[in-house]
This record gives sequence, C-alpha cells and structure tokens, in this order.
Amino acid sequence: MIDIKQVRNDFPMLHGKQMQGCDLIYFDNAATTFKPNAVRDAIDYYYTDMTCNAHRGDYDLSYRVDSAYEGARTKIARFLHAQSKEIVFTSGASESLNLVAWGYRRKFVREGDIVLTSESEHASCVLPWMHVCQENGAILSFMKLDAHGRIDVEALKQMMSEKVKVIALAMITNVLGHEAPIKEICALAHAYGAIVVVDGAQSVPHMPINVTELDCDFLAFSGHKMCGPTGIGVLYGKYALLDAMEPLTFGGGSNARYDMCGNILLKNPPFKFESGTPNIEGVLGLGAAVDYLDAIGMEQIHAYELELHRYIIEALLKMDNIIVYNADAQSAIITFNVKGVFAQDGATYFNAHGIAVRSGLHCAKLLLDFLDTSATIRASLYFYNTKEEADRFLDVCAKANMQSCLDVYF
Amino acid sequence: MSDLLQDPMVLRSIIMDHYEYPRNHELSDDPTYMQRHMASESCIDDIIVQAKVSEKGIEDIRFDGVACTISTASTSIMSELLKGKSKEEAQRIIDQYFAMIDGSKYDEALLEEAVAFHTVGKQANRIKCATIGWNAMKEILAESEETK
Repeated sequence: MIDIKQVRNDFPMLHGKQMQGCDLIYFDNAATTFKPNAVRDAIDYYYTDMTCNAHRGDYDLSYRVDSAYEGARTKIARFLHAQSKEIVFTSGASESLNLVAWGYRRKFVREGDIVLTSESEHASCVLPWMHVCQENGAILSFMKLDAHGRIDVEALKQMMSEKVKVIALAMITNVLGHEAPIKEICALAHAYGAIVVVDGAQSVPHMPINVTELDCDFLAFSGHKMCGPTGIGVLYGKYALLDAMEPLTFGGGSNARYDMCGNILLKNPPFKFESGTPNIEGVLGLGAAVDYLDAIGMEQIHAYELELHRYIIEALLKMDNIIVYNADAQSAIITFNVKGVFAQDGATYFNAHGIAVRSGLHCAKLLLDFLDTSATIRASLYFYNTKEEADRFLDVCAKANMQSCLDVYF
Repeated sequence: MSDLLQDPMVLRSIIMDHYEYPRNHELSDDPTYMQRHMASESCIDDIIVQAKVSEKGIEDIRFDGVACTISTASTSIMSELLKGKSKEEAQRIIDQYFAMIDGSKYDEALLEEAVAFHTVGKQANRIKCATIGWNAMKEILAESEETK
C-alpha cells in the first residue's frame, strides 16, 4: 500500500497551488509529472557541492561526479533489469527513438525492406522511421488495430516476412493507453530476424519493466514523465546492437583516439553516443527519481494507478453526457469527450475548475482517423493523485455540457 | 455596454447559435477569392478563411475547417460583420475587436454580436481561438492593399 499522504508531502507542486481560483488537480501526467524534493535536492547538490565536469578531471571532485554519474546509470540499468553498458543517456524518448532510426538505418534497413509500426503511435515513434524510409527506399507499413484500438497480434503475424527489419511501437500508447503484448511481439519479430524498438514513454514511469524478460531490442523513455527533470532520457539497447550502431553526434567524450588523416576510433557503447559535456544535472536528477520510484515500488505504483483508473472509469461510464474511448485500457490514461462538445472547449471547462487535462490529437494524428473523432480529452493519472481528486473531477464531469463549457468565459 | 449584452445568457446563446449554425460556412471555388489557411501550432484549430475583396470593399467572406466553439463562432460572427463593408470600415471594426480582446477601450456599437467575446481572456489559452479568423481577415486585407 502506498501512503499517499506521505508521498504528497514530497511534492511541492501538490501543495497550495491554484488554477482559476480552485485547488489545482493535475491530471496531465502523461505529458509530464511533478518532481519530488529528492530530485530537486540531487540537482541542487550537484550545483552547490559537486560542480565540475564528468569523465574529464584527474582530481577528487571530478572523480566524485564521475561516480555519481555512472552510479545513476547503474541504478537505471537495475531498474530495467539491464546492464549499465546498455544504458545510453539522451535528451528524452524522442531523441532516443531518433538515435535508433538514424543510427541503425545505414547498415540494417535497405531499399525494399519493411519497417512496421501501428496507427496508434506517437509522432516520435513514427516520424523518424518515415524519414529514414523515404531516404532509403524502405517501406513503412502500419499494422491494423482491433475494434478497441489495440495491437492485433494475429494481424501482425499476417504482415511478417523476411523483409520486415524493424517493428517500432509503444508499450503503452499515449492516446488510448492500451498495453501492447511486447514479449509476444519480440518473439515473433526475432523469428523473422527483425528487431523491436519499444517506445516506453508511457510505460516505464508506471509499471515494472524487465527488458531481459521482454527481450526487446531497444527501449526509449523520458525522465520528466517519471518524476525526473526535463531534458534527460534513456535509450536502452542490447549491447551488440548498440555496438553495431552509428552515433548521431561526434565530438569530445565519444572518441578514444583520432588523427589528422581522418581515422577515428570511437569509444565503446554507451560512451560513443554521448559526445560533448553530458546533461549531468539531468542524469543525477533522473537517478534520484529512480531511487524515489524504487522506494515506493513499481508494483505498488502500477496497482494503485489501475485501481484509481477503474474507479474513475466506472463512474464515467454511468454518465450519459460523457463518451469514454478506452474503458478497458489497463493504464493510467483516460480518453473521453463531453457529448456534443469539442475537446478543446471541454478542456477549457476543466481548466475553469482547476483541473489540468489535455485536449487534442496527442500527436497520434493517425489514430484519429481510426477513432472517428477529430479530438479527444485525455486525463492521465500518477501515483500521487487521490480518490478525493478523482471525486472532484467526476463531479465536474457530471455537470459538463455545452452550456457549462461556455459559462466559463463569462 | 447595454444591459442585454452584459447578460451571460444572451452572450452564451450568441456563441452557441454561431457554433451550431455557422454563417458563410462553405468555401468557394472562385479563384478571385483571397485565402488564408490558419492552422494553430498550439491547438487543434485548422481553418481556411476566404474573402472576395474589390475596390467596392469586402463582397464576400467564407470559412471552413476543424475548430472549437470559440474559433468557429468568432469567425462566423466576423464573416457576417465584415461582409459588405468597405475596406476602411472593416479595418476599423477589426481594430476595435482586437482592442476589446486586449482589454482596451472599444466601441461596442461597431462590434455588434462580436462583443460576446469581451471576456474570453478569462480563459487565457483561448484568446488565440477568438482571434484566429479575425487574424486571417486582417492578413487578407493587408495583402489586398499590397496587391492593389
């Protein structure tokens, strides 16, 4: 059991904050999450007591920063059940996904090859491959979703062939919040010699992840969606694949030797991908975030979020004025609309009641053709949200209609 | 401001009426219409505004697209208000509308139903919705001056 009251004490953003004269309820956690004091303290400590570059100095202070920096890598590796050398620091999930697409393309994706993705992916998962395919003459194909908007493994099986080199998809999609059967998909892909690139932006913050068990080839995620700072993220990759991949950036820190004749000897992964002074405060902050989540327990976080999710969905399904698009999703994402009200007008109505939700296409533009609506409202939860917040949210939902959504302007 | 226009019920029903039954809500194939595609980077609104502008003034205004209540209603009201006006009159009304949105003094008599948006700034993130169609018309008028 999570002691929510205790947990909330750790987050300054959960105390005394108001929006439109109401106590703030933050239900936009799929966009970013609040930060506990421990994360701020870790960053503060670096700037107050430990400032210097990592991997650079021959002095004690630098040794301490190095140890803290690599210590954070070890923590994250343990968090994912991976090895430290398989953890590459990036600016976030988007850069991680781009790094795979661009770093992998020259050697592994050729003209006529197929890259498979789905209609429910985030732009950051699809667009790098779309670009790579346009450049290489490879083919980007979209797997069909079932009637609920979930990945259909049977349909995927029909699409598999030796030509398929990459399958890129989210473990939990950002619009509908469905979980894809990654383990099953990885086994299928590997049987055809393809690799699986998993967008973990909406899964890593919310549930236990074991990359060894999933057997995925790459996993990308962002720190700021899991209590960490913005501007830091991770690419996990199987070591042999990272070793074969090319970096996107070259410079200090990533090369071991070079000469004026153009010979470059790159360092081994993960260091060959981390040229330039790294985001040290981000790495240390993310390390603290992982410690924080670990102390609560990812099993507990996942169970609590599903319970809160179920509580809200059950109440929403009883309301005639609300359409829920993902009642059966096993995640913290609730996608809905107020009947007869454009999503953006709905989101403004929630804003007027102090509730932060997001309207829009959520970057998954393709999915909206499938969903048959031009826009939706997304409420996304995290472990620090409470049943009391859910009740106030539901109360506001119950009163939502065209009139009340327009009243907020007067 | 007249009492009627201070009544939120009246203002709300003006907005709802223009959202549910938007005026001039069909694009023209006539190539003499000038056109602006307004797609906001920060929200969902994605509309096209067309206007036939001649020496006589604004002969016609049309619009269509995917948009929220505020942008649909504000563009619909704009199209009714500016259609048939001379360019100078239209520019004066546009200036008054933006003055109102900015919270400055404005001539409410000129704005007619458009005063329904005088408090849109209470929801700051929606100001762009209340001005998207008006900005399109402003750009079209500016272009018509350049190409004269």
